[in-house]
Amino acid sequence: MTDASYRDGMRVISPLIPAIVAFGASFGVLAKAAGVDSLAALVMSASTFAGSAQFAVVSVLGAGGTAAAAIGAAVLLNARYAPMALAASGAFRGGPVRRLLEAQLLVDESWALSSRDDGFDIKVLLGAGGILYVGWNAGTAIGVLAGDSLTDPATLGLDAAFPALFLALLAPLLRSDGSIALAAALIGAAIALTLTPFTPAGLPVIAATAACLVGLARPRSARHRRRELAGETSS
Amino acid sequence: MSAMWLCVIGVGTATIALKAAGPVLAAGRELPQGASRVVDLLAPALLAALVATQAFATDERLVLDERAAGLLAGGVAILLRAPLLVVVLAAAATAAGLRVIS
Repeated sequence: MTDASYRDGMRVISPLIPAIVAFGASFGVLAKAAGVDSLAALVMSASTFAGSAQFAVVSVLGAGGTAAAAIGAAVLLNARYAPMALAASGAFRGGPVRRLLEAQLLVDESWALSSRDDGFDIKVLLGAGGILYVGWNAGTAIGVLAGDSLTDPATLGLDAAFPALFLALLAPLLRSDGSIALAAALIGAAIALTLTPFTPAGLPVIAATAACLVGLARPRSARHRRRELAGETSS
Repeated sequence: MSAMWLCVIGVGTATIALKAAGPVLAAGRELPQGASRVVDLLAPALLAALVATQAFATDERLVLDERAAGLLAGGVAILLRAPLLVVVLAAAATAAGLRVIS
């Protein structure tokens, strides 16, 4: 890999810190509003560390749903982490315990920010993921303590920051990988949007992973030729 | 035990396993050529799906709201090769501004 460091991961995530803290706070507020024990909300942010799934749990329970329904929705939302972690698995080092622990810092943003032409940069993933983890948990604590006296993040447009972030991270992949990556992206987005009205939230994004099968339909990409020339070892 | 604590344990355990499965089980293994070609395309496919759902979906409905305008502003910033911070701020400011007006 390059000489990227944990600090690079921390630096590159910094524009997102206010949004992460604000969303962590809104999770804390919503959990309180749904009558959830404060300690349970804090433990969930520390152990699950996945915004959309946590919001789903609180909203299902708040609407009177069962624990089974809430768990089902949340697991569906988090199922995308299996293919994401698999894609990044080559970057992880060390024994199973270290891999298991480090993999917990993989969330959408840290995964996307650490994506490189030739794989994933584990130090960027861990640096960015660590900052996100601290911000998310600090935000949850603020939300649980402050209650509903906080501003809705949507008022600040923070909910629009995330799709723009993911588009910004997608753009360099399209520039370097060309038409095959563009095809995967367009098919993935089309699958996700088509399924949204008909399936539970979370499923559209998982189903979109099927778009990567276009990789079988075409001869190897320029990226692979480059990688082979580089001996599959370094960037 | 309350429903929330059941969820904390159930969702927490499942999420830890989902994140760790690939890195732990695929440790030190080279994926076959065809598989790695497919896995490489997971990134663009998943990122595009995240863009689409986070901009145009609310729960199980497709919606066109201020987030779409924010995404458009972010897209323009990306085309102009603006830094990530500018892209994110352009999107947030556009959505927030439109919400103030409407």
